[in-house]
Amino acid sequence: MSDQYPPSSENRRGGDEAPGASQTGAASAGDPGASTSQRGALRGRQQQQHGPGLGPPGLIGTGDKPKNFRTSFNRLVGRLRPDAFRIGIVTFLAVVSVAMAVSGPKLLGRAMNIVFEGFINKKLPVGVTKEQVIAGLKAQGDTKLANMFSGLKLNPGHGIDMAALGKLLLVVAAIYLLSSLFAWVQGYIMAGVVQRVVYRLRREVDFKLARLPLKYFDDHPRGDILSRVTNDIDNIQQTLQQTLTQIITAALTLLGVLGMMFWISQILAAISVVTIPLSIAVTMMIAKRSQKQFGLQWQRTGSLNGHVEEMYSGHNIVKVFGRQKEAIAKFDEGNDQLYKASFKAQFISGIIMPTMMFIGNLNYVAICVVGGLRVATGALSLGDVTAFIQYSRQFMQPITQVASVANVLQSAVASAERVFELLDEAEEVPDPAQPVVLRKATGQISLKDVSFRYLPDVPLIEDLNLEVQPGQTVAIVGPTGAGKTTLVNLLMRFYEIDRGSISIDGTDTRKMTRDDLRHLFGMVLQDAWLFGGTIRENIAYGKDDATWEEILTASEAAHVDHFVRTLPEGYDTRLDDDSTNISQGERQLLTIARAFLADPEILILDEATSSVDTRTEVLIQRAMNKLLRGRTSFVIAHRLSTIRDADVILVMNEGRIIEQGTHKELLAARGFYYDLYNSQFAEALVEAS
Amino acid sequence: MNKLLLTYLKPYRKELLLVVALVLVQTFANLFLPDLNARIINNGVVTGNTGYILRTGGYMLGVAFVLGAASIAAVYLGSKIAMAFGRDARSALFRKVESFSQREINKFGTPSLITRNTNDVQQVQMMVAVSLTVMLGAPLMIVGGIVMALRQDVPLTLSLAVILPVMGAVLYGIGGRAIPLFRSMQTKIDRINQVMRETLSGIRVIRAFARTEQEHARFDEANLDLTDTGLRVQRLFALMLPALMLVFNFSSVAIMYFGGQRIAGGHMQVGNLTAFVTYVMQILMSVLMATMLAMMVPRAAACGDRIQQVLEVEPSISDPMKPVFLAGLDGGRRGVVEFKNVEFRYPGAQDPVLSGISFTMYPGQTTAVVGSTGSGKSTLISLIPRFYDVTSGSIEIDGIDIRDLQRDELWKEIGFVPQKAFLFSGTVASNLRFGSEEATDDDLWAALAIAQAHDFVSETEEQLEAPIAQGGTNVSGGQRQRLAIARALVKRAPIYVFDDSFSALDFRTDSLLRAALKREVADATVIIVAQRVSTILHADQIIVLERGTIAGLGTHQELMNTSDTYREIVYSQLSEDEVA
Repeated sequence: MSDQYPPSSENRRGGDEAPGASQTGAASAGDPGASTSQRGALRGRQQQQHGPGLGPPGLIGTGDKPKNFRTSFNRLVGRLRPDAFRIGIVTFLAVVSVAMAVSGPKLLGRAMNIVFEGFINKKLPVGVTKEQVIAGLKAQGDTKLANMFSGLKLNPGHGIDMAALGKLLLVVAAIYLLSSLFAWVQGYIMAGVVQRVVYRLRREVDFKLARLPLKYFDDHPRGDILSRVTNDIDNIQQTLQQTLTQIITAALTLLGVLGMMFWISQILAAISVVTIPLSIAVTMMIAKRSQKQFGLQWQRTGSLNGHVEEMYSGHNIVKVFGRQKEAIAKFDEGNDQLYKASFKAQFISGIIMPTMMFIGNLNYVAICVVGGLRVATGALSLGDVTAFIQYSRQFMQPITQVASVANVLQSAVASAERVFELLDEAEEVPDPAQPVVLRKATGQISLKDVSFRYLPDVPLIEDLNLEVQPGQTVAIVGPTGAGKTTLVNLLMRFYEIDRGSISIDGTDTRKMTRDDLRHLFGMVLQDAWLFGGTIRENIAYGKDDATWEEILTASEAAHVDHFVRTLPEGYDTRLDDDSTNISQGERQLLTIARAFLADPEILILDEATSSVDTRTEVLIQRAMNKLLRGRTSFVIAHRLSTIRDADVILVMNEGRIIEQGTHKELLAARGFYYDLYNSQFAEALVEAS
Repeated sequence: MNKLLLTYLKPYRKELLLVVALVLVQTFANLFLPDLNARIINNGVVTGNTGYILRTGGYMLGVAFVLGAASIAAVYLGSKIAMAFGRDARSALFRKVESFSQREINKFGTPSLITRNTNDVQQVQMMVAVSLTVMLGAPLMIVGGIVMALRQDVPLTLSLAVILPVMGAVLYGIGGRAIPLFRSMQTKIDRINQVMRETLSGIRVIRAFARTEQEHARFDEANLDLTDTGLRVQRLFALMLPALMLVFNFSSVAIMYFGGQRIAGGHMQVGNLTAFVTYVMQILMSVLMATMLAMMVPRAAACGDRIQQVLEVEPSISDPMKPVFLAGLDGGRRGVVEFKNVEFRYPGAQDPVLSGISFTMYPGQTTAVVGSTGSGKSTLISLIPRFYDVTSGSIEIDGIDIRDLQRDELWKEIGFVPQKAFLFSGTVASNLRFGSEEATDDDLWAALAIAQAHDFVSETEEQLEAPIAQGGTNVSGGQRQRLAIARALVKRAPIYVFDDSFSALDFRTDSLLRAALKREVADATVIIVAQRVSTILHADQIIVLERGTIAGLGTHQELMNTSDTYREIVYSQLSEDEVA
């Protein structure tokens, strides 16, 4: 087959096209993962860039270079090991398929010879022998023609042997059919191998994430982790699929074609071989430049996108502060820069195809001429020349393929490296082998000499001692950012304490499994977390076997029943990703209902209700008070009444517990709490009275 | 999309024509090469004419050069046109969106506008580039190839009548199945993304409720689902290439056989057979290319339509034809803001968000707006800078309807602090100078001091040059709000609008800030939306909003006596004995 355009790139693109398309959801301004999801979006677009007509796709690398190519590459290959047998079969099938495909043109060349011989024979008179013809020609002084004829099977006067031609062509057709069949089976098996590898990888990452300490999630932006699970693994999937089959077939085809070419004619083969380094050199030269331009293009797309995102997100601010002219001027500048870079990238990468075609054509011309001369002198049959032309066309294709695979592989290994990095993170201390199980705790909690630091050299909690009796309420107060959640993190063992011990009903929490420990706790946080599911499922989150009655009771206790029933689908209302269909306050009420249903011994509450309207606020307050009753509880307190009624108040500032006592004790001490209390509430009291 | 292409490709008409011409040259050259090859065989090889072979070889070389040059020139022009098209479309979009009011922004949504401005343009631009460099050649090649094939041998060309439909059937059969699968694969990737995002954002809750197992099951379900679809897609694609190869190869075999018959019958020359095979392959390749690229068109067209939608929207708020100017600062201006029976409803909405709103604010006074969520507080104040226009009634500044002012002039009057404190990437200083380029460092520090942001800024090493990430994500919510307040103060406007701008501050900072504000911007007109009662207690007038109407207007004391709604709000936050 004569392919002006490497069809391999067509095939590849199919796989590339669909994903990446939707990676567009621009990160909202407040999203801490904004920069990384931006990156995700970029990647998505980079993949699209392997679009049609851009020449060898992989040459437009993603710009991501792995840090340690060999190690990560080996590790990636190692993940294929469970499928080694299948890969063996694939390789075998590839060998057979390629061998067959490669023999096709040679056989077709023989068919051409049959046609040509018949053509010549028909011109010769019947009954003359080949020797006579050649002798006759030599006698006429036409040595050239004589030489050519000496290489042919002549049977003068008989014309084309259609029966022989038909038979031969049937064989060729059968070979082609089998070759395609094997190629298909090979791709079919490979698809399974790749999908399994990727499935295992995703699964492993998911399990790994469950074993990572919370600290990991504090240190790594959500968008970044997310991008590793989706974009990176997706990238691996796509590249593996392309490279594994391609690299095997391309290498084999190259070998096979070269072999056939040398078999047919060493001189012609030598001419074609010269084009290999030539095309590789040209491709590399162009690709290097275009890669730089593509890098620049993505960088500038990124910064322009950043500007647009910023200006659109702050649209009103830009207006009211009269900055539109500046915004447009900056946009124009970035837009022009992007234009320049993308034009260059597009042009330079676009040159590759015409250049390769040009080299291919030079080769074609050389073969036509030299081949023609060789046939004329009888050194070669016409069929061999036509076969050779087909081979030489075929043989450019695997070269470009191998070159592009090498590039694509870079990006896949870089992705794999990021995934492996995550898999290598240090895990939490494992649960004890023989854990103590507290069936029913009273809720007595004691902290003895507890010390904890997030950073080794920044002391945070030092030698904290605290005794909480069953049913008591501990209020945690302090200004914004005082680290009030640190204590919660320690109680629930989201973080491990450095020294001392925390025990519940006399049992060190480290002697229990984390799951058992956490089952004792209920948690209602300000950032009410709901997942995409129905309201009913969300309430039943903490209790798998909750009955409908239990759910209803919990809902009524948390005052959610009423508003849920006003929703068109009631308890079966699906909460979407950001739950925009219910308000912030209602979200919080749902998490309270969840805590009611789970009926924990110990409760952790965050009172902050910043963007809740007053009526919902009243409901939340009532529900919380009800929930507190009879349970040991830790309240991150914002309400005066809660604080004053608390059994113990922990005053925190700059991450540390600086005072501890009852309301009266602390006021009498005239310390930090005294100031805080006065500044926060006194004014309101004075003015209100 | 056509309109979009027409509008933005028009300036490049000449270049476009040139590209078409170059592609024509390319096609001719491409088709000419096999023809010359046929001549070498027919007139050179068969007759053993070496001179002819060499001469024709020379021609072929020349044609190859022309082909190469034309291709590169076409790529150059094609890239230039496509990228310039993209640049122009982006620029038009950005300018359009900048002219939008909040209403148009809401209509599309900010993320969608961003996507349209970059990704969608990118898609269309790529399609233009590919069309110009590759796709344009395909139909020419198909037509040219058929003509050339006909020239070689007419009856043999009939074989195309079988080959092309078969090829079409293969492409349609596989592609038709693949496209829906791709789409479903995308949804499944989104699903994985969603499950993972939930797992990450709810990690504390998941662990607190010891639900790791169930989350694994949820993820595994999504994972299996995706794997399954991925498998189907890839298996389908495993069929694609072998099937196409089969079509190609069977075509050569068939042509060889029937061509052999034609030659045997003396209807055709040998060289023409080789040329013929080459033409058929070129035609098939072009069909393949055209199909593959055609798959790109619907997506690009969808993007093009999305762009066009934005470009076609006329902003609902624009400057008046004959603007009125506010008197200069010395001309006895005072900064009185008056709402006159204001009504506002969203387009097409049955009920107004606000109705019958009338009140006046004077310089040196603070007006507070309270009310439950959805009572229309934010809407009310967004009418002042004309983010929206009133649907009836009017808002006047010093007796002039704000719709008679140029918007730039109106905005100069207002120091605005949004509910969501949005900072821009840059430094503290660049953010503070947003409304007033010429403010000195001292001005900035003074504003920071009022906004209670002096301390944390001065604690940073870079001081005013401390970097701010986009959206202000590298500072805490409270700090962000205080910087946004300082930014408005630097502007030194006669009117200040605070939209629930103290919510992330603790009580202490809140009260210090308000005290400083009272001191420093004593002569300004201030309007504050707040949730917290303590924030508004000492306002000069308090507007109680309920379902878009004024349910009470007066001082704290007056409202405590007259307004049930107000009392309810107050008691929900302070216990009775605290108020009394």
